[in-house]
Amino acid sequence: MYTYSEFDSAFVAARNSQFRAQVERRIDGSLTEDEFKPLRLMNGLYLQLHAYMLRVAIPYGTLNSRQMRKLADIAERWDKGYGHFTTRQNIQYNWPNLADVPDMLDALAEVQMHAIQTSGNTIRNVTADHFAGAAADEVADPRPVAELIRQWSTDHPEFQFLPRKFKVGVTGSPNDRAVTAAHDIGLRIIERDGEIGYQVIVGGGLGRTPMIGKVLADFLPESDLLPYIEAVVSVWNLLGRRDNKFKSRIKITVHEHGIENIRARVAERFAIIKPSFAGIDQEMLAAIRADFAPPAFLTASDEPYNHARQHDPIFRSWADTNLSEHRAPGYAVVSISLKAHGKTPGDASARQMRLMAALAERYGHDELRISHEQNVILPHVHKSHIPSVFAALRAEGLGTANIGLISDIIACPGMDYCALATARSIPIAQEIATRFDELKLEHEIGEMKIKISGCINACGHHHVGHIGILGLDRAGVESYQITLGGDHRADARLGDRTGPGFSADDIVPAIERIVYAYLDLRTGPEETFLAAYQRVGLAPFKAALYQTEAQAYAAE
Amino acid sequence: MPREFTPKVITANALVQGDVVYFTAQDTWTRDLRHADVLTDEADADLRLLSAQARTGEVVGVYLADMKPGTDGPEPVHFREEFRRTGPSNHFHGKQADIASRT
Ligand code: HEM
Ligand code: SF4
Repeated sequence: MYTYSEFDSAFVAARNSQFRAQVERRIDGSLTEDEFKPLRLMNGLYLQLHAYMLRVAIPYGTLNSRQMRKLADIAERWDKGYGHFTTRQNIQYNWPNLADVPDMLDALAEVQMHAIQTSGNTIRNVTADHFAGAAADEVADPRPVAELIRQWSTDHPEFQFLPRKFKVGVTGSPNDRAVTAAHDIGLRIIERDGEIGYQVIVGGGLGRTPMIGKVLADFLPESDLLPYIEAVVSVWNLLGRRDNKFKSRIKITVHEHGIENIRARVAERFAIIKPSFAGIDQEMLAAIRADFAPPAFLTASDEPYNHARQHDPIFRSWADTNLSEHRAPGYAVVSISLKAHGKTPGDASARQMRLMAALAERYGHDELRISHEQNVILPHVHKSHIPSVFAALRAEGLGTANIGLISDIIACPGMDYCALATARSIPIAQEIATRFDELKLEHEIGEMKIKISGCINACGHHHVGHIGILGLDRAGVESYQITLGGDHRADARLGDRTGPGFSADDIVPAIERIVYAYLDLRTGPEETFLAAYQRVGLAPFKAALYQTEAQAYAAE
Repeated sequence: MPREFTPKVITANALVQGDVVYFTAQDTWTRDLRHADVLTDEADADLRLLSAQARTGEVVGVYLADMKPGTDGPEPVHFREEFRRTGPSNHFHGKQADIASRT
């Protein structure tokens, strides 16, 4: 894993001491809020509904156990004992005091972490496939290039005041687990005739005007990548609409100018920029790559695993949903669900963080990942250790067997925390998970992604949920709009709106009607919800959703 | 016809803790909505809002929030103010915990 250079450490330390002075001056009154706000946002500090919120970047979602323990310590010492993992591989602390934030940042710096560029109109945390370096289906580990982009973009003088925030996501697998099509720039590592290159996707994004990204370059040689991205950001920096916040993202620039025009401008800019890179980026990449060398994998018998599978049905059920195929023989990727039924999606307590850190240290080559689906991954666990890992997880409420199932819901903080929200999302997620657990249906339903956002900003990715739920405010009452058929994978697709929204009391029954309609019309258990939706379309689901409503009203 | 002025309180977030506070009749900040000053006169509300906004060393984001009379002091009209008054749904944190620990 990447470790800070002296430059990195000095930079973060200087930034923290600068911010400490700014906080002091804010508290003693020498800075007004108008002066202070941009400074705090530059350091990931928001003011939310009930408190400040500190957003900490977890670059490409990768952590070691020391870092995870530090996140736990911070949660306990300066927050309320837990943290919230987000879809952009950040952790958010919901309750810090302003005066404590400089200490929190110093604590983070001890383990080479920070909150810089987790807010503001800059290039945000670079996200990547959470199975990076482990997945059996991987062409190449996406993290070295994500790290290169992080180094290039952090404090890049040209890109500190972009028209709007800018998000980059990278995948190294054809099975895209990084939602690259919903990023300002999505990068897909591909192999062509034995050569590694990049497909560059541009102008994807969710939020108010959701769009699936378009292919800007089909196959970019590795040596062109960084100057090419610089050209893209630089073209948008000039063309991007600064006059209108709602039209400022690159997705609108691409839409307004057309992909051909953008491609031509990028090519022009690239030709100018490229010589200034002169291979330095490639040297850096090579050095970074060494930091991501795979661990020394063990060879051992997987007998304990096979034994547990055969004799312990609870273990088997968990293993079936929460393990994925690893590239190394005898290994598996373990997904730890932060979605225990009825709990807040993405929250982990300090105790849980410490346990996960301990397991990573003992059984996982000291690596952890945060997934954009708000779960935690132990990327490299030998099968012989998996029964012990599972037993430890279960004891701490982390043994839920629901990865990819209906209760593995993405939910943004919504109006329980977020100042921008128009409705709550967390309680809806909790109720849906509890309902389907009680019905004992979730394994029967199979693969199902429900994603919930508390407002049109779409932090909960609802547009790409198989079932998407968007919380709105209708005349002072929470209302929930449903979309169906969204897909976040390589052939990403935005969901279709079903019709009028549902009240907080009616949304869970509405979801239940959709699910029963699916169970009725699927050709068999092997036909997933998404496949069934693609086959039959919106109509039967719409009928199930609203006819029952109509009947209920008629009966009243 | 001018719209009728509905009752309001002045609310903000405390500068250091960031939590929700309300302006009292004594020009101090309280964390308990029951102790907030309910403003029923528009001109008065505008003036008080200005003076509250001037207290930049104590609070941020000062605004007027709609209230209706309740059995135990003002009650929020909109659900957003209800959550600000109580705290989040998913944890027993914030105002609800503070008030419970005091009573
Ligand atoms: C509570 C503090 C948060 C605030 C103030 C906030 C603010 C915003 C805003 C304003 C946008 C729209 C940006 C635009 O389209 O220009 C947005 C989008 C987004 N945010 Fe958040 N957000 C918050 C929390 C989160 C959380 C908790 C997550 C993950 C669970 C998240 C992930 C995202 C994502 C993935 C988008 C997608 C839309 C896009 O393509 O840009 N944010 N957020
Ligand atoms: S979607 Fe809206 S409510 Fe949810 S976190 Fe984003 S800004 Fe807040």
